[in-house]
Amino acid sequence: MSPSVRLQEMIRVIRGARTQGEERGVIQRECAAIRAQFRQADNGTRSHNLAKLLYVHMLGYPAHFGQMECVRLIASPRYNEKRVGYLGAMMLLDEKQDASLLITNSIKNDLSHSSQYVQSLALCTLGCMGSAEMCRDLAPEIDRLLRASNSYIKKKAALCAVHIVRKVPELGELFTPASRSLLSEKNHGVLHGAVVLITELCERNPETLEQFRKAVPELVQIMKGLVMSGYSPEHNVAGISDPFLQVRILRLLRILGRNNETASDAVNDLLAQVATNTDSSKTAGSAVLYETVLTVMDIKSESGLRVLAVNILGRFLLNNDRNIRYISMTSLQKIVQTDHNAVQRHRGTIVDCLKDQDASVKRRALELSLALVSAVNIRSLMKELLLFLSSCPPELRAHTTSGIFNAAERYAPSQRWHIDTILHVLTTAGGDVRDETVPNLIQLITTATELHCYTVHKLYRALIADISVQSLVQVACWCIGEYGDLLLRGECEETEPVQVAEDDVLDALETVLQSHMSSPATRGFALTATMKLSTRITHNVDRIRSIVSIYGSCIDVELQQRAVEYNALFKKYDHMRAAVLERMPVIDKSSPGHTNGESAGGSIKEMEPTKRTQEVVLPQEPANQVCDLLDLLGGSGEPPQPSPALSTTALGPVSSTAGGDLLDLLGGLDAPLDHVTRPGKTLGPNYRLFMTFVSHSYPPQSVQLQMKAPSGDVIPAHGLGQVTQTVLLNNPNKVSLKMRVRVCYTSQDFVCQDTVQIDSFPSPAW
Amino acid sequence: MMHFLLLFSRQGKLRLQKWFTPIPEREKKKIVRDMTTMVLGRKPRSCNFLHWKDLKIVYKKYASLYFCCGLDAEENELLALEVLHRYVELLDKYFGNVCELDIIFNFEKAYFILDEFLLGGEVQETSKQVVSRSIEASDMLQEVSERPRSR
Repeated sequence: MSPSVRLQEMIRVIRGARTQGEERGVIQRECAAIRAQFRQADNGTRSHNLAKLLYVHMLGYPAHFGQMECVRLIASPRYNEKRVGYLGAMMLLDEKQDASLLITNSIKNDLSHSSQYVQSLALCTLGCMGSAEMCRDLAPEIDRLLRASNSYIKKKAALCAVHIVRKVPELGELFTPASRSLLSEKNHGVLHGAVVLITELCERNPETLEQFRKAVPELVQIMKGLVMSGYSPEHNVAGISDPFLQVRILRLLRILGRNNETASDAVNDLLAQVATNTDSSKTAGSAVLYETVLTVMDIKSESGLRVLAVNILGRFLLNNDRNIRYISMTSLQKIVQTDHNAVQRHRGTIVDCLKDQDASVKRRALELSLALVSAVNIRSLMKELLLFLSSCPPELRAHTTSGIFNAAERYAPSQRWHIDTILHVLTTAGGDVRDETVPNLIQLITTATELHCYTVHKLYRALIADISVQSLVQVACWCIGEYGDLLLRGECEETEPVQVAEDDVLDALETVLQSHMSSPATRGFALTATMKLSTRITHNVDRIRSIVSIYGSCIDVELQQRAVEYNALFKKYDHMRAAVLERMPVIDKSSPGHTNGESAGGSIKEMEPTKRTQEVVLPQEPANQVCDLLDLLGGSGEPPQPSPALSTTALGPVSSTAGGDLLDLLGGLDAPLDHVTRPGKTLGPNYRLFMTFVSHSYPPQSVQLQMKAPSGDVIPAHGLGQVTQTVLLNNPNKVSLKMRVRVCYTSQDFVCQDTVQIDSFPSPAW
Repeated sequence: MMHFLLLFSRQGKLRLQKWFTPIPEREKKKIVRDMTTMVLGRKPRSCNFLHWKDLKIVYKKYASLYFCCGLDAEENELLALEVLHRYVELLDKYFGNVCELDIIFNFEKAYFILDEFLLGGEVQETSKQVVSRSIEASDMLQEVSERPRSR
């Protein structure tokens, strides 16, 4: 029986096993037999046993005892044994195994073997799993083969050299001369290998890149030959002559032409020719066109060519093939910033792709649509986006809502439109919006003073329709509490008047309070709103009093505390109630109670207007208040001058006036925390960063801080990594500052603190 | 470059795995699991491109086998589809109307063919005929060397 049949017999037996256990049994027996055979002397069956072992390995069973056998087989003089041995080496040995070094010598010998097929085995194995050491050892051999051998070996040597350069970049210089001369070969395999090698060399070494720019005319010639040549049966794929080579040449031209006028000029004609002559009815042609477009957009091409490229992408958008639509959109995404107008022309098609069945296509279309929003098309585009939101897949909803909010914020044509849009989003997908949507929306509503009546009516109607969407309910409660009087007055210019009785309003709020769907935060909103209504309604104040006193014994501590305080407000401080609960001033977007950044683990506290209004110090306060807060800008404005070694962070003011609140500003710190060498710390939910200015009576008004989010959530143990948070400190008046920084974090379930004092900032920093 | 090429069946059984970068055994298993889950979970008429970590994943179904490869971010996905197709054509020419069973029972031949087509994660030969001729010649050489030596 021929030995190879035994391999197939084993495979058949393994496949015939009916259970996992049976299969394991068969394999254990076979492995035992194989191990026994390996221990014996050469009996002509070694290669077949190794092949059996490799099959077992592919099924997922351990096969490390075959490693030495691979080494032995590679050293055998017989081709069939070498073949399996090298295959085994590629499957079982990688550069991390010690045994891999043992085959270096065999590979070296085989590289000079008389049979090109043996040479090929060695080249293939070296190019697949060669370690850096092996590569260093054998690089001269490879260089020799690059120069003087037949095309079969040359093409393999070229790719082997690519692998060597990837492992040991310094060896690139060794291969540069040989690779240049390879460009004059006619054999496509060698040419392809040469182009790949040159690409790799140019990507790693800018000097080599300069050198090879001189080869651009030669590459253009080769490419022209491929495009204009007639049908070549050997390399033809769907009407394209060697698309693999064409794509690689285009990629190399892209790298050579990038940021270089001369090189880019030299290829302009060629690219235009390829773009117009390539038949893209099949994938091969589309692949070449795609690479051409990428090259055009990346080098300094003339504007006519760029427009041609964008039009090709636009044509791709209409293609029936989903793959082509997908890559068209990824490409458009890359150029939408630089060639915005050109891409705008295809907006209609892109928006249509929002309705595609495929989730990847939808995602791309969404990204592109959001990038294409501008002041001109905001109304029509938003209609499409809102339509998309109502039917979009759940994994895209959060992204869509935040994209819509950003777009609305930047380009809203009117405040009413803005409010309407946000409300629409909340009703459609309120569960997927970010936490800061609620404070943002509240702030927006307060600034739209003429629309208070309209807004509160709309929100009231939304509230009585559905109380399950927490964000919407929270905003609605806040508005009703704040503008309840406008609601009850009934008349409103912007919407139809509807009579709302005080009892109805209180019913609605009580429903929210009692519903099991309401989160604790929502109930807090509802309770506060109820309380605020006590100064805005006339008849049912007693009802409010009783609601408030009931919640004085609520299990939820937060609600209980509020209810007790409101009770006190009714009883002991009734004379102050009207003043405390009066209409809030317009909230300034840059005020500290309103952070619009996210950070690791912290939850943004809801806008608690009644409690905090008295304690929040707005930046316009006189400077002699010690608890002055730094103006936290959201990031726009002139770029702050970042200091390199700066470890300043967000400011938390320490006020020495009684009752001053230490605001947690969850923000970023640029100091690596590696001076603390405790095991892995998490910036858990207790992460806080406090900064105070010391030895100043007040922080300078001119100093501005901008915080960014931390780079990660966990700091690995033993100083193996760090988390960085960047804070940019703008100090235009170059005032000298001293700051104290305190960091709170979680380490092994303990909450820890570290304090650092910064006595001076390096003067060049300012 | 291509980082890996996997062939697996509709039930997720691995038929061929070629790795072009050194990866620990445990991680290889994890990647295989991730790929099979991701690809097998795709709807029938979805597009053939995916993103996974920082790699582009291109896959194509041929009869009962999924061909799945992981590429660098700058690779041309459409060309990768052509590469997969070319490999299938080579297998087809060699086995004559190749089916999954051919690849199961002759897995080492499938590897040999792959090693004549790709090297170090790149295409080494763009002509079908040249690859087929090389395989034939290698097989011939193997047959000769398998004949028992005269003692």
